[in-house]
Amino acid sequence: MSETLPRAMNAQERERFDFAVIAGWIPPGERVLDLGCGDGTLLRYLRETKGVEGYGVEIDPARVLGCIRNGVDVIQIDIERGLSGFEDGSFNHVIISQALQAMHATERILGEMLRVADEAVVSFPNFAFRANRAAIAEGHMPVSEDLPYQWYETPNVRFFTLQDFEALCARLRIEIRERKAFDEAGQPVADDPNLNGSLAFYRLGRAR
Amino acid sequence: MPQDTLAGAGESSLGFVVPQRARFDEPLTLKSGAQLPSFDLVYETYGTLNAARSNAVLVCHALSGSHHVAGRYEDDPRNVGWWDNLVGPGKPLDTERFFVVGVNNLGGCYGSTGPLSVNPHTGKRYGADFPLVTVEDWVAAQARLADQLGIDTWAAVLGGSLGGMQALQWSLQYPERIRHALVIASAPKLSAQNIAFNEVARQAILSDPDFHAGHYAERGVVPVRGLRLARMIGHITYLSDDQMAEKFGRQLRHGEHRFNYDVEFEVESYLRYQGDKFAGFFDANTYLMMTKALDYFDPAYAYDGNLAAALARAKAKFLVASFSTDWRFSPARSREIVFALLHNRRSVAYAEIDCDAGHDSFLLDDAHYHAVMRAYLENIET
Repeated sequence: MSETLPRAMNAQERERFDFAVIAGWIPPGERVLDLGCGDGTLLRYLRETKGVEGYGVEIDPARVLGCIRNGVDVIQIDIERGLSGFEDGSFNHVIISQALQAMHATERILGEMLRVADEAVVSFPNFAFRANRAAIAEGHMPVSEDLPYQWYETPNVRFFTLQDFEALCARLRIEIRERKAFDEAGQPVADDPNLNGSLAFYRLGRAR
Repeated sequence: MPQDTLAGAGESSLGFVVPQRARFDEPLTLKSGAQLPSFDLVYETYGTLNAARSNAVLVCHALSGSHHVAGRYEDDPRNVGWWDNLVGPGKPLDTERFFVVGVNNLGGCYGSTGPLSVNPHTGKRYGADFPLVTVEDWVAAQARLADQLGIDTWAAVLGGSLGGMQALQWSLQYPERIRHALVIASAPKLSAQNIAFNEVARQAILSDPDFHAGHYAERGVVPVRGLRLARMIGHITYLSDDQMAEKFGRQLRHGEHRFNYDVEFEVESYLRYQGDKFAGFFDANTYLMMTKALDYFDPAYAYDGNLAAALARAKAKFLVASFSTDWRFSPARSREIVFALLHNRRSVAYAEIDCDAGHDSFLLDDAHYHAVMRAYLENIET
């Protein structure tokens, strides 16, 4: 019997995987803010597995409705306009899970995240992942498990890599406290994550 | 607020309902210091109170509303309740799950004790002598009704506009007696602009020669002109600019300019119609008092304007909803409530609903709005 090759995860597996990585960085009972929280599944997961006290922020009406159905506290505001109203240091962790690449005000959002929380958790798809580079080399915009959109329908507006993100953090005096990168099968990547990582997770704080 | 504009089809899934009257003989001291020796409240109920008495929901009315929230009357079948699209069997506020109570507030003109009632001390109608009542007084009176109905804790209290203020006030005045507050198209206090509109409405009534310092009923007249103007200005604030443009635009009644002061533009016709209709049934003293209750409402007033400090007492879970085109109580006003609740780590969901109908959107059956209401209410345990 031949050895089974790691296969790419399906959408549900990816979601659970994403949640598990994030949950690993959230101590029990914390106050958590989830930006671009979708229908609140992550917050619900964190509430059930970690007993966190969480709020979500979402702009899409259907997703806000999903949160309310899920019994998740959600605030319908536009993150692009900042987080005024949220008090300084009012959360332990603020999460932005695979949503930063779909927002324009990248710098402002990162700054605001570390204003309202002690630490930020950011996850995003790596545009410099090997398969994405290959797609470009072949003359196409990449479409993959982590970038599941055609160029003409993608909600993504910021295309960046691990290297790019880390350079921005340095410029904004944001300290990278931990980084994890995974390939499409969800396997951790240690060697050259900017090339071998499809999905990146960062735990960030203010540089001291 | 203008519930009268929405009813009319004469259809309601609740069928016929019957208003009831509760009598309270214990004196009620009002926020102003005045005392009512006794009072009546008229109310309606829909659905059945469960054995645990844990499924009761109070619906609070806004400026011109009443206890007639849903259903219709056998002897007046066209008179459908003002929030009938929300309340009934299978509707977002489902009367098969909840026991819903609608009450005409103290000082109202639909049967509860108010300026039209006879003052037991004088044997004459109160008229202008009826004391000014506040949102706090309404909530205190509603609590008396809850006592009488055997309702210790409301599963939810909800309302739009001034009704939302009552829901918010419930969470502060009786934090142990309310599990959920649904505050729709409301505000934590009026702005100077809001008060200004109210003042114009009041001046219209107060300066009507038929007002007679509020004792018009004694003379058998009604300050119709004042009431009509008050309602007209109110209506302008309930609608959005877009909606007015869409509904009336610059449409001319006669297809030409006639160079006189009769109705020329359709919007004039609409406002006059609304004004006339309202002046035909609403009491001027009640209207004046309602606008003052709105002006005075400000839970943060006793906390140096700090709303977060004022809301620290609240224990309920909240749904706050606003409407994108509401400029009377704009979404920003709802967000003030949301962030004050957040400061206190209260459970709150906030939906900003895209609806073009301005302040009055809360009375409409916009699909997304009602889906939000349904989703929230369905998660309330009974």
